[in-house]
Amino acid sequence: MSVKRDSLSVGLAVGAAGVAFGAVAVADHFSVAQACFLSLVLFSGASQFSLVAVMSAGGSPLSAIITGTFLGGRNGLYGVRMAQILKLKGVKRALAAQITIDESTGVAIAQTNPEDQKTAFWYTGVGVFFFWNLFTLIGALGAKAIGDTSAWGLDVASPAIFCAVLFPRLKERKPLIAGLLAFTWALSITELVPAGVPIISTVFIAAIVGWN
Amino acid sequence: MNSQWIAVIVTSVLCYGIKYIGHSIPEIWLAHPRVQRITNLIPIVLLSSLVAMQAFTTKTKFVVDHRLAGITVAIVALTAKLPFPVVVVGAMATSAIVYRLNN
Repeated sequence: MSVKRDSLSVGLAVGAAGVAFGAVAVADHFSVAQACFLSLVLFSGASQFSLVAVMSAGGSPLSAIITGTFLGGRNGLYGVRMAQILKLKGVKRALAAQITIDESTGVAIAQTNPEDQKTAFWYTGVGVFFFWNLFTLIGALGAKAIGDTSAWGLDVASPAIFCAVLFPRLKERKPLIAGLLAFTWALSITELVPAGVPIISTVFIAAIVGWN
Repeated sequence: MNSQWIAVIVTSVLCYGIKYIGHSIPEIWLAHPRVQRITNLIPIVLLSSLVAMQAFTTKTKFVVDHRLAGITVAIVALTAKLPFPVVVVGAMATSAIVYRLNN
C-alpha cells in the first residue's frame, strides 16, 4: 500500500511543476499546443525546459534539438537499469520506455524487492505523466493571463527546480567538481559562442573528470 | 511548418528513441567503470550549465539581476532541507519581489 501511496504523491508533487513548464513555454513564445505536445510526447522535464530556453535565447532549432536530446540521454541509461527489473517485451516495453524518467527510476530502485520495484515504477511514472500533462495545460492557458513572467518569478522556476534535482547529487567530490566546472565554463563562453553550445560543450568536462 | 514545431517534434521523437533503446540494449555495453563514471556525470554537467544559462544570462549575455536573489533562496532552502515545493515557491516569490521593487 505505502509503495503505491508514496509513488502517487511523488507523481502529484513533481507533476504540479508542469504548471511552471506550461507557463514558461507560453511566455517564451511557444503555443499551448506545442507545450502540451512536449509534455505528452517528449515527457522529460529537463529536455522540455532546455528546448524552450535555448530557442527563446535565440538559439537555432538544431542547437535546441541537440541540447534537449543530450539532456534526455540519461533516460536511456535509466532504461538499461529498469529493463533488468521489468523484463518486458512488445507494447508494454514501449509504454514503460515513455515513463522512464528521473522520478520513476528513482522511486523504483529505492524499493527492496522486485515486486515493489515494479509497482513503484508504474505508479510513479504514470502518476507523474498524468499530473505533468494536466498541469502543463493549466500553466499554458494561465500564462496568457499572467503577462510579465518575471513579475511572478516564473523565470527562476526552472533553474530552481534544477538546483533541487542537482543538490543531493553534489555531495560527492567528483560530481561537485564537475558541476562547478560546468557552471563556470558555460558562463565564461556564453558571449563567445551560439546559444546551446555552452551547455552541450560541458560533456567534455564529464569525460575529463570521470576519466579516472 | 515553423522552426519551433520542427524542434518540438524532432526532439520528442529522439528523446523517446533514447528511452526505448535504453530498454533494449545489452547491459554489458555500459559495464566498463570509466563509461559508467562519465555517463553518471553527464546529467550533472548539463544541468549545472543549464542553471548558469537560465539564471545568469539574457539572450546569451552574462547578466546578474533579480534571479540571483531567487537562486540564493533556493540554495539556502535546500541546505536547510526544506521540501521541494518550498524551495521552488520560495525562489519564485523572492525573485518576483526583487523584480517588482526594481521595476
